[in-house]
Amino acid sequence: MRTNHRFLNSGNITAAVIAASLLTANLVGAQVPNPSPADGYTVPRTPDGQPDFEGFWSNATYTPLQRRDGVAGEFYTAEEVAAIEARALERESAQTVPGTRADVHYDFTQFGLDRSQATLATGLRTSLIFDPPDGRIPSRTAEGQRIMAQRGEEARLRGGRLDSAENMTLGERCLIMAGAGPQMMDAGYNSNYQIVQNRDYVMILVEMIHDARIIPLDGREQADAKIRQWMGTSRGHWEGNTLVVETANFNGKNPINGSTENKRVTERFTRIDDETMVYRFTIEDETMWARPWSAELLMKQTIGPMFEHACHEGNYGLVNTLAGARLEEKLAAEEAAARKPN
Amino acid sequence: MQDRSGKWATATAVIAVGLLLGASIATAQTTDYRAPRTGDGNPDLNGIWQSINTANWDIEPHAAGPGMVRELGAIAAIPPGLGIVDGGSIPYRPEARAQRDENFARRLELDPEIKCYLPGVPRATYMPLPFQIIQSGQHIMIVHEYAGAVRTIYMENHTLPPAPTWMGWSNGSWDGESLVVDTRGFNGQTWFDRAGNFHSDALHVIERFTPRSEDTLLYEVTIEDPNVFTRPWTMSMPLYRRVEPNAEILEFRCVEFVEDLLYSHLRKEPITPER
Repeated sequence: MRTNHRFLNSGNITAAVIAASLLTANLVGAQVPNPSPADGYTVPRTPDGQPDFEGFWSNATYTPLQRRDGVAGEFYTAEEVAAIEARALERESAQTVPGTRADVHYDFTQFGLDRSQATLATGLRTSLIFDPPDGRIPSRTAEGQRIMAQRGEEARLRGGRLDSAENMTLGERCLIMAGAGPQMMDAGYNSNYQIVQNRDYVMILVEMIHDARIIPLDGREQADAKIRQWMGTSRGHWEGNTLVVETANFNGKNPINGSTENKRVTERFTRIDDETMVYRFTIEDETMWARPWSAELLMKQTIGPMFEHACHEGNYGLVNTLAGARLEEKLAAEEAAARKPN
Repeated sequence: MQDRSGKWATATAVIAVGLLLGASIATAQTTDYRAPRTGDGNPDLNGIWQSINTANWDIEPHAAGPGMVRELGAIAAIPPGLGIVDGGSIPYRPEARAQRDENFARRLELDPEIKCYLPGVPRATYMPLPFQIIQSGQHIMIVHEYAGAVRTIYMENHTLPPAPTWMGWSNGSWDGESLVVDTRGFNGQTWFDRAGNFHSDALHVIERFTPRSEDTLLYEVTIEDPNVFTRPWTMSMPLYRRVEPNAEILEFRCVEFVEDLLYSHLRKEPITPER
């Protein structure tokens, strides 16, 4: 178990910082620059001659997707980040107070799930989003606002969260979690990934729900648009040291920040030193947002192996939560009946 | 995550011995075919593969039979098959054979495949859906279309299984042209097929993947489980490459398709049959 999470290595981040600061507004996927390896670093190669990403990586971070109110500027200082990280770790590691929800659920620290026991991949950014420059998701189109209102109404008609399994979150149902995406985000815990490559494919195994992304590199066309999937269909290619992956054909059942089935994601993976991958993604979804938006996370090399995350097979949480809700309804009905004068 | 340089290092020797024994049990059929090599010089097993047989219905030889759901008619009927068990019969202990028969009788209620549970090994290999092998020097990944089941085969740093799992813990090695995979650490909750053939958590699986032509592999498996069987036994079958140029593992995220089956009794408003 890794207990000494890595703090920032400012040298690792320099290249990413410089590249990002050159960005101008309104970049679409093809225009976001590829990060450069750190000065003097030669990216290792596989026996097939491609950049070697093999191994285990973590994208656990405390950096928020969107810049918080009152925060100005694109980057914190290393001291500021260290202080923010220390406060967040303290908060997260001290969550279990007897009788609280966290205690009844389970104690993350006990099972090694809190970030203090993970490999942290925090950078200096004040927000993961670097484009638009204000670090915020762009405003929604009129159609996007209509879709959001419609989704809200549909959810209201479906009833309460505990009325049925379908009303619970995708994570609670073991369908998909934030680590899978794409775009791949910190999953809250188990933000771990395993990359295995051969000449023609890159495979990224997401620890949460053992979601394996298989990215063909052979230049094939995008899959038929009738094939709509939770994680879409991905096509990749190498641009120098950078793996570029373009994904479309989403089924729209996993709206991330409101996205629709028309979303396209362009991801860029660049290993900038032995321990660090810069991961950038650009979201284009004209149905929801008038302009594309882009963000950057770091992925830090971590120690494997990863364990089987058989989420659905052991989903007692969903069963017990629904059964508890039905029991509470039954008890409430009995209580109401007992109060009724006869 | 686990520090692999820790206490498990001492287990490596044990595993190595186990692999040797396993390799001697699995009957290695010789073939003259020599596979192309990967960049690091090993036989190249990369590709999308699939079995063509009816072992997922019953790994033993069997005639066609009726299905379990009347409304599905011929769609759900059991297709016949020659079986993949060498010698035709599984050497069950008597009480285990009775359990198998009960499993079959109660399969609608008990078969883990119906619930979209991870299929275990070797069942995942001969389910009627493709799987992809992605091979590097350190790891060989097997990604199955069914339920997105994944196996990581560790080609280095062999350890004992850290915990019981559905897909087991696999250590791999090369034996000439063959990839030999030694898998233990099963939780005992998976089956071999829809006929109720089963095993316990003492299951030990030794697989050999041997290229036999450009587009076929020979897949041989030795099964050991003294709780359930009177002796080790073997199965074998060819695996076929999906040669379509656009072949691709797609999502069969079946959790979504079994929620009504598994959880409808917990709904606030019961579903009416008309729904």
